[in-house]
Amino acid sequence: MRNTNSRNNSWHTWKKRVKGGLAFAITAGSLSLIVAIIAIMIGHFLLRGLPNISWEFLTESPRNNNTEGGIFPAVYGTTLLVLTMTLIGVPVGVATAVFLSEYARYGSRFARTVRFAVNTLAGVPSIVFGLFGVGFFIQFIGAGMDTMLGNDVPVWAHPSLLWAAATLSVLTLPVVIVSVEEALRAVPHELREASLALGATKWQTVWRVALPNSLTGILTGSILAVGRGAGEVAPIIFVGAVYSLPKLPASLSDQFMHLGYHLFVLTTQSPDVEKALPQQYATTVVLLALTFALNFAAVYVRIRIRRKSLG
Amino acid sequence: MRFGFWLVSAALFLTSAMPTPQVIAIKGSDTMVILSQKWAETYTQKTGMQFQVTGGGSGTGFAALINGTTDICSASRPIKPEEIRQLKEKYKSNGVEIRVAKDGISIYLNKRNPTSKLTIRQIGDIYTGKIKNWKDVGGPNMKIVLYGRENNSGTYDFFKEHVLHKQDFDASTQHMPGTAAVVNAIAKDKAGIGFGGAAYAKEIKDAAVATENGAEYVLPTEDNILSGKYPVSRFLYFYVREWPSGDIKKFVDWILGKEGQKVVKEVGYFPLKK
Amino acid sequence: MQLQDKRLFRKKRPRYGEIAIEWSIRVVSSVSILVIVLIFLFVFREAAGIFNSATEAGSTLQTIEAETAGKSEIHTSDNDDLKPEIYNPDSGIETGEAPPANLLPDLQVATTEASGKSEIHTSDDDDLKPEIYNPDSGEEAVESLISDISDKPLQPSKSIWQNLAGENWQPISEEPKFGVTPLIIGTVKTTFTAIAIAAPLGILAAMYVALFAHRRLREIIKPFIEILAGFPSVVIGFFCLMTVASILQDTFGFDYRLNSIVGGLGLAITVVPIIFTITEDALSAVPKSYREAALALGATEWEAAFRLMLPAAMPGVIAAVLLGIGRAFGETMIALMATGNAPLAEWNLAAPARTLAATIGAEMGEVIWGSTHYGVLFFLGALLFLVSFAINLLTEVFVRRRLAKKFQGS
Repeated sequence: MRNTNSRNNSWHTWKKRVKGGLAFAITAGSLSLIVAIIAIMIGHFLLRGLPNISWEFLTESPRNNNTEGGIFPAVYGTTLLVLTMTLIGVPVGVATAVFLSEYARYGSRFARTVRFAVNTLAGVPSIVFGLFGVGFFIQFIGAGMDTMLGNDVPVWAHPSLLWAAATLSVLTLPVVIVSVEEALRAVPHELREASLALGATKWQTVWRVALPNSLTGILTGSILAVGRGAGEVAPIIFVGAVYSLPKLPASLSDQFMHLGYHLFVLTTQSPDVEKALPQQYATTVVLLALTFALNFAAVYVRIRIRRKSLG
Repeated sequence: MRFGFWLVSAALFLTSAMPTPQVIAIKGSDTMVILSQKWAETYTQKTGMQFQVTGGGSGTGFAALINGTTDICSASRPIKPEEIRQLKEKYKSNGVEIRVAKDGISIYLNKRNPTSKLTIRQIGDIYTGKIKNWKDVGGPNMKIVLYGRENNSGTYDFFKEHVLHKQDFDASTQHMPGTAAVVNAIAKDKAGIGFGGAAYAKEIKDAAVATENGAEYVLPTEDNILSGKYPVSRFLYFYVREWPSGDIKKFVDWILGKEGQKVVKEVGYFPLKK
Repeated sequence: MQLQDKRLFRKKRPRYGEIAIEWSIRVVSSVSILVIVLIFLFVFREAAGIFNSATEAGSTLQTIEAETAGKSEIHTSDNDDLKPEIYNPDSGIETGEAPPANLLPDLQVATTEASGKSEIHTSDDDDLKPEIYNPDSGEEAVESLISDISDKPLQPSKSIWQNLAGENWQPISEEPKFGVTPLIIGTVKTTFTAIAIAAPLGILAAMYVALFAHRRLREIIKPFIEILAGFPSVVIGFFCLMTVASILQDTFGFDYRLNSIVGGLGLAITVVPIIFTITEDALSAVPKSYREAALALGATEWEAAFRLMLPAAMPGVIAAVLLGIGRAFGETMIALMATGNAPLAEWNLAAPARTLAATIGAEMGEVIWGSTHYGVLFFLGALLFLVSFAINLLTEVFVRRRLAKKFQGS
């Protein structure tokens, strides 16, 4: 600070203004650049993709090597995937968040380790989760299940909806934990104290007071996780997604089509890239719409939580 | 909430316990994925049989065949001894090879590139990095940009064995994740060269290829490929673990029959017999 | 009074259920730890395979392959075994290549076996003559068997470590080369480009939002940029592959349409929101009074922003950049689609690059589970995991705690 002061004395006022303006201009410029990039990308996709979206596109199977028809199996597969993922991941995430915010003593070693693990998990590259899915879920758990059930033909020891969902639920676990914990912490302490004072046990307080009051947080967490999971392609390339499967998956051991992977397939493996371009843009728009709708919902819920905790 | 939980777990149990309708899984070659898919589409329309088609490369297909995760492996190269050995270890079977179509490997060039004739030797030298400029093969003074396929593809293997004579690709070869990506890249890159199935060659041009200097330059047309005149052609295969029976046999016989072979032509490959 | 009530309550109904639930919550909450440990165990176990067998098998890669494949049986005698049966033998006639004359006698036995079967199945084909079919593929199998297996163990090769340290990535080759150097160079190149673009942009934008922007603008802008974080990477990859690459090549005249700059730009798009959000949080955490005091003392906006606020929030900014690096480093789809994927060992940014993550993404589907190539891909995954782990450790130990200390005054 001293440094700033002494310099400041020797400077002219106009220099100050210019520099002040410059700081403003540079930072504002960077922000506008980012906003412009987002706008251009969204605009580009909407402009090229929207005209190609029709009811048929959303409800039909791809035909003629993905150059015609629709993407219904991919939409269905993605939905089923994220639903299964939520069913596996959210309970674990909520339990972890409940533990961290309600049960863990502040600064206990176990809680710190859990927190560190969650942070680490958030930073692990998604492709590593894919490897983990192959190494652990498919080759270890899946193979184990097959041996136990006495299957001659591998039923579980191969890529499937279940393992893809399990892999993604591990990947999105930190997202759930962080938002649920945030919501739990936003529940006023007085409520808990009142509940305990009335003779409720710790668990009753958590179950009947803390959790219901942070339901929105659980919702945000799940929505964010779903948004993230719906857009992730890398980890599921080799744990479950297929190039083409006109039949809808009916069992957890089936493989499935996935919107993101379908887009990858369309751009790199379609027989006629130019002819498939409308399909590519339309698929992009659907994928974007899906993830954005989810993200918007999450942002909206989160803003409401913040308002509530502030007010 | 508790009710919802039970409902959900019940639903999960039911879905996992439900008997799944028979689906034939085809996995493997990216070159063949459009063909397999078209076969599957047409056959489904005819019989209602369901298919699951996945690309990823011939190696992927064989790996899946060995790992038991696919019924049919589509491949653009013959099975390797190591793969048979692994198959044998697991299933006591050498596998069954079914030739389903023929394909020529086209050399893709950008339409604006004046070069249009290459010898096999030149192509090999280009891909091993010995020739780096188009002017060395009679073109303009322009650096050659190499596009290839990922090393899991049968096309990669085939090209390496028959054009590069087992030498390694130059490190600057850009490995694209699919033949369409190669085509797309070359359509946009004037100095690009690539290779892949003849069926893909749209928006770009094929090079005429000669076996050696002074020999006739041949384009990958149907006649030239079926007569064996075009030097870089190959079979496309299906592999199954055991001798075909039941639904798979019906499907394979249909493919080898008139209708199946007609599909081959529609997609842009070449039937086994004229 | 209260205590008594509680005791009464408990005496009536001992809540074993609750104790069980509480314990299960405790157990479930350790899942994150468990997963980290499992990733460590399983990814590293598969990767460790290449080193173990390397030492056992006299440090030659080829021997390992031969061993895992066939447990070193007598190779030549079961050549005939390593030939698939052929379902449609007639198709071979159409080939341009001449049928091989030197067939092993065993091969013909296998042939007749196969053809006998084929007669049953394709009996409708009258012109089918099983005897004259061209066992073309059989010949190829024999040929490649000899070159692939019999030759290899005879040539002692480099150790696996030397191989991994090499400058060539040619995993499918006569002599597979698993040199990680080009992949690391490619990863560093693209990551560097991404951060060089994303860090200034993200930090400056965050400064604007935290220091200059109106509160209302801030509430709109933050979620808007977080939307960018929700862009699926495959979409960004698609955008770069189709649009950005062409624009950049037309503008700068790159030799290669897809290169590490295109890839880096794509990665930057995913990294910007991370850097932005964390930096903005860190800047907002700096007490407002700092800035007001500085301005009151006559500092310019520039000085207040760059000499006071930014240094004060520096730990947070470093954390932001570190996490950004972690993200760019491990991103798969963008790298796979937009970098060109050539395993070049050169630092030229305008040349294609092949990153570690993209290599796994592209090749993992192909490998035979348990082979050397498979192990090497897991080794790459282990590298990625280690780096992300180190980055997190770094942010944890050096940054987050220091940041907490700084403003909580403990």
